[in-house]
Amino acid sequence: MKHLLSTLDLSRDDAIRILDIAEEMAAVGTREVKKLPALRGRTVVNLFFEDSTRTRISFEAAAKRLSADVINFAAKGSSVSKGESLKDTAQTLQAIGADAVVIRHWASGAPARLAATDWIDAPVVNAGDGTHEHPTQALLDAFTLRRHWARARGTGSLGTDLAGLKVAIVGDILHSRVARSNLWLLRTLGAEVTMVAPPTLLPVAAGSWPCTINYDLDDALAAGPDAVMMLRVQAERMNAAFFPNAREYSRRWGFDDARLAALDAHGLAETLILHPGPMNRGLEISSGAADSSRSAVLDQVSNGVAVRMAVLYLLLSGDQQRTANETQG
Amino acid sequence: MDTGNAMQRTSGSQPKSARTVLSGDDIDRALTRIAHEIIEANKGVQDLVLLGIPRRGFPLAQRIAQRIASAEPGTDPAAIVGQLDITMYRDDLRHSTARTPSPTNLPAGGIDGKVVVLVDDVLYSGRTIRAALDAIADLGRPRIVRLAVLVDRGHRELPIRADHVGKNLPTATSEKVRVRLGEVDTANGLPLNEVAIEGQA
Amino acid sequence: MNPTHATGDYLIRGASLLAETTADLLVSDGRIAAVGPAAATDARAASATVIEAAGLVALPGMVDLHTHLREPGREDAETVETGTRAAALGGFTAVHAMANSNPVADTAGVVEQVWSLGRRSGWVDVRPVGAVTVGLGGERLSELGAMADSRARVRVFSDDGICVSDPVLMRRALEYVKAFDGVIAQHAQEPRLTEGAQMNEGEVSAVLGLAGWPAVAEESIIARDVLLAQHVGSRLHVCHVSTKGSVEIIRWAKERGIQVTAEVTPHHLLLTDELVRSYDPVYKVNPPLRREEDVMALRAALADGTIDVIGTDHAPHPSESKECEWAQAAMGMTGLETALSVVQHAMIETGMITWADFARITSTVPAAIGRLGDQGRPLAAGEPANLVLVDPAARWTVDPAKMATKGRNSPFRGLELPGAVVATFFRGHPTVLGGALNTPLPLDGGA
Repeated sequence: MKHLLSTLDLSRDDAIRILDIAEEMAAVGTREVKKLPALRGRTVVNLFFEDSTRTRISFEAAAKRLSADVINFAAKGSSVSKGESLKDTAQTLQAIGADAVVIRHWASGAPARLAATDWIDAPVVNAGDGTHEHPTQALLDAFTLRRHWARARGTGSLGTDLAGLKVAIVGDILHSRVARSNLWLLRTLGAEVTMVAPPTLLPVAAGSWPCTINYDLDDALAAGPDAVMMLRVQAERMNAAFFPNAREYSRRWGFDDARLAALDAHGLAETLILHPGPMNRGLEISSGAADSSRSAVLDQVSNGVAVRMAVLYLLLSGDQQRTANETQG
Repeated sequence: MDTGNAMQRTSGSQPKSARTVLSGDDIDRALTRIAHEIIEANKGVQDLVLLGIPRRGFPLAQRIAQRIASAEPGTDPAAIVGQLDITMYRDDLRHSTARTPSPTNLPAGGIDGKVVVLVDDVLYSGRTIRAALDAIADLGRPRIVRLAVLVDRGHRELPIRADHVGKNLPTATSEKVRVRLGEVDTANGLPLNEVAIEGQA
Repeated sequence: MNPTHATGDYLIRGASLLAETTADLLVSDGRIAAVGPAAATDARAASATVIEAAGLVALPGMVDLHTHLREPGREDAETVETGTRAAALGGFTAVHAMANSNPVADTAGVVEQVWSLGRRSGWVDVRPVGAVTVGLGGERLSELGAMADSRARVRVFSDDGICVSDPVLMRRALEYVKAFDGVIAQHAQEPRLTEGAQMNEGEVSAVLGLAGWPAVAEESIIARDVLLAQHVGSRLHVCHVSTKGSVEIIRWAKERGIQVTAEVTPHHLLLTDELVRSYDPVYKVNPPLRREEDVMALRAALADGTIDVIGTDHAPHPSESKECEWAQAAMGMTGLETALSVVQHAMIETGMITWADFARITSTVPAAIGRLGDQGRPLAAGEPANLVLVDPAARWTVDPAKMATKGRNSPFRGLELPGAVVATFFRGHPTVLGGALNTPLPLDGGA
């Protein structure tokens, strides 16, 4: 693995390896000294062309727990907003000696461009690109699901996938990089996915995706999902006629208190509610649901650090060959 | 385990010039002796913690703990054994292949103020033990740290020595020392216990 | 002093005319002086430069209805000089320069400037296209008549790059240009359906998270325009048709006798939106690369005459316009120097058309649509000597760095293609010889 650009090109073995390493990284977060020397002397650049404090601090915490030096490059208010190109920015980072670039960009495919060109040699981690993908979010969601279900079944999570798990992803699928990354990764790990959305917020070709489409959230909940992943909906979508107004959206596709109660009524004791944040309380998710014992929102945040540590460790240590387990000692 | 011979304990097809230097019985005797040395050095089992370094240091630590428990009745072997992963503390992370770390598990009492005996299978350059000492420092502050190894093959690159050695094995750097323990190594479905030296394949 | 008439006579020996009959051609004084046995026995043959053309196919010089020469305004991207050199190397003897320059070609002054730059360069005929609306603004008609009456004698009008989406304006334009036998070349793209569009809307765009450019945005405009053309009895030309559905609408319109002609680009005959998975903006173009089934429908339509002509939509861009994020990148691909080879590869080598068909779709019909009297003529004695010699057996690997165009944005880079232009004769003068640029034939000393 040279870069992490998308979950579509992530193999099952690589995905499980990241999740397994993240388990060990999560253990570090519970120690007194929450730091490992693994990336001492390496420089990780957080290159953010789009504001995202949560993702940035998560990557920053991950890099710092591995003892890497972190440079935060927010493109807003910098030379980039004065017209400097991605190419020039990348070449500057190369000259500075960046060992890895974590990039968040409003344009789909920008991380893939960085990885494909000779502008910079460093490994590239996609921290969310436009409406394309957000692979570390999907990995932390998978990590959260795997841990929860291992605990619920009383088994270990190391080395396991998500075979048989049923996940409903609900909301603005069309514009969601989280939905895309989750779809590919969940499928790779053996889970079944149902996309729940108004038809206007699904790609016209979503029928070709390896998932079930359902326009009716209540119906999807009655089918007994093991996890419900709510996506952020931007209220301005209603101005482009994707839906009539926030009230109607919330009524049909919001996870409200009644739907929270419905999970109990369906006997789904272990079903989790996930949300990548930031949440629009009262629009796609009610406070009752967000703060319920089913909500994994805060677990997702802390797991995000562990998963990003695993990704940075994998991309920054070693030559990029596959390792046999037995070479360790 | 040491750099430069990362594959030395890999089980698999045997190269032509392999010779067994310790049998399973030899290993048992060496571990029994080490167990008694540890009790003697520590004047009992008070505050004793054995930390095995993955992968084969951990089963060795378990075996030593069993022997200590049978010599000192009332000792729970599981309560004095832990595993210490040193992957993140290696000094060759940038150059060798990325390794998947193993869990670090400490006994319930932790290691603060304890007598920690690090257990590994082969002592070679000393770099693994250097990493282990760093890892321990991030986990707590033992009163004493000692080192027990099944085999010392020489060729040290750091000022590190073992307190308890099962067998000193003079080797050439071109040779590989393979330790096989039934807990992790099998042949034809049967557990395998031996130490072998392999010449250059 | 630059020659304003072809100098010297040329005896082209043993060329295969349209790959049908082998004959000699004598070129003299800007015309094909003789064809067949008469060529060698003509008195002028003795002193003529002999070009051995055994194995080469002789075709009428290619005519492009759709070229972006970028001058005036974006001389960093292309100039009339560099663009027409590329055209000559590609086998063209005439190009239509699109109106989206800066200033826009919406007045007699600008079209005459482009026309005269073309005359001075002397590599091909440069026929300016006039903008339909002032500044391509889509609000008021340009001075279409003044451009038609100018020395540039504009007959093709287009807001290419932007759709004339206002139905009233489109109707008026279609009607108005009848006064001077003009044609409206429509860039069919419903603007509201394609706001922010980045690529073909379909399975690939769904995966890549790029805003979709749906086929219906092209098809709905074509459907409306053919009905308008029928209603007012006007000629309509549809630029760069890219979808299967568009083909079906045009076929329907032609069956009803509507005066519609249609164009397809070489890249839409070969490439699909699968290439966008690389996010490499060299594949970003408008209309976008479509699906395999669209490519196949376009090929079939070109073969059966539903689509009339090849138009390159040659659109050079400076490297910084492509060395960036996909969404930031300019749309467009170069095409003049690869058109012949791509069409040979996609259409002739697949057995869908012959070289005679090739002459029809790249020369005869585009010249007729543009009302160019001395282009697209038969290879016969007395006709203007605008012709090209092609080695159909040659194979070459596309290297944009070696092209004459300033643009390096060829989507065919690295591809091995058949067919090479060996010589291009423009008004009897070899602008290309031995596969390389020779000398131009400037038609004005510098007026």
